[in-house]
Amino acid sequence: MHELAICQSLMDQVETIASERNAQSVTSIVVAMGPLSGVEVQLLKNAYPIASAGTIAENAELVIEYLPVRVKCTQCGSESDTLPNKLICKQCGDWRTTLISGDELMLMSVELEKPKESTTEAVH
Amino acid sequence: MCDTCGCNITHGNEGLIRPGGKLQKTESGREAVTVLHSLLHENDHTAKHNRDHFDQHDVLAINLMSSPGAGKTALLEATIQQLGLKSNSNIKIAVIEGDLETENDAERIRKHGVKAIQIATGSACHLDAHMIHQALHNLDLAEFDIVFIENVGNLVCPASFDLGQHLNVTLLSVPEGDDKPAKYPVMFRTSDLVLISKSDLLPILDDFKPEKAKGYLRDIASTAPVMELSSKDKSGLPQWIDWIDQQIKIRKTYLEQYPVAAGHSHHHHHEHEETRT
Repeated sequence: MHELAICQSLMDQVETIASERNAQSVTSIVVAMGPLSGVEVQLLKNAYPIASAGTIAENAELVIEYLPVRVKCTQCGSESDTLPNKLICKQCGDWRTTLISGDELMLMSVELEKPKESTTEAVH
Repeated sequence: MCDTCGCNITHGNEGLIRPGGKLQKTESGREAVTVLHSLLHENDHTAKHNRDHFDQHDVLAINLMSSPGAGKTALLEATIQQLGLKSNSNIKIAVIEGDLETENDAERIRKHGVKAIQIATGSACHLDAHMIHQALHNLDLAEFDIVFIENVGNLVCPASFDLGQHLNVTLLSVPEGDDKPAKYPVMFRTSDLVLISKSDLLPILDDFKPEKAKGYLRDIASTAPVMELSSKDKSGLPQWIDWIDQQIKIRKTYLEQYPVAAGHSHHHHHEHEETRT
């Protein structure tokens, strides 16, 4: 169960971004991940309320884009969607493939609520 | 990962983040910030720092992973003995041990006269780069050629955390069954070498077929070589020692070609919790 540690690391990044940009709050967090990241989506979702409690992102929506496992064959050049433990080429059956999607574990973007103009001016 | 800049955008996922893509929309009054960093950005940063530290001292760092009880500590003990037997070998080893509790493994290593640092992870199921960073404060790398990091016995979590190692070696012990690479593809995909350990049990546990294990590894597009060895009857150990020798040479050649950037010296003024040595 390393998802909590990963979720806390995510929250650290989000908090840094939010404070650098003087955000009032974080409204959404978009994470892209694939099965070969070694992280379980449901466990990450379960860890999220715990890791975000008391942070600026407490009420943010966690959006997870789950990406397929996709390989490109280095021999015949074709691309195919496949299973995490079957990374061989579906066309020619060769095992010499390159993973082109499916191991991501990436913070794609965050959406911030900015303070109203008057508040911003008062600060400056 | 992109080979050019190290980002995580490939043509497999770039459609998501193109302008107008579904991750780009935002309501007015809000700001969407594109980040594109690994969730483990901080860990990866520290891992790189650790790797630079190893490189500055010409130290090869090997991360040993397996399920609990596959024989990582026994392999290290046998490795220390084998290297000691080689008359022309003066390879100096240090070991960083990761376990949830106890100093047992570090003590086993120390009995062989080898420096061992124990990291007790408490409830954490894996080592991370920060733990290794702390441990390195208690290790004078100038004295060593190899640092073995014995990760927490676990085929799941350690796979996600870069520690700053150069190579991952995964043990698959015969009693575990030959289909482990199919069950734990994330772990086995990261492996640079797979060791089928406790090979002395192959005649007894004859449902374990090394060829099948190799087949499952090819299914996950692994290019890792596979070796059978036994720390108990010592078979296969010379091949493993040769591999280590070869990897040290490969690393040295690499560093001659691509030296670590000069001026990368760190002065650690910050306080660290004491790590048991």
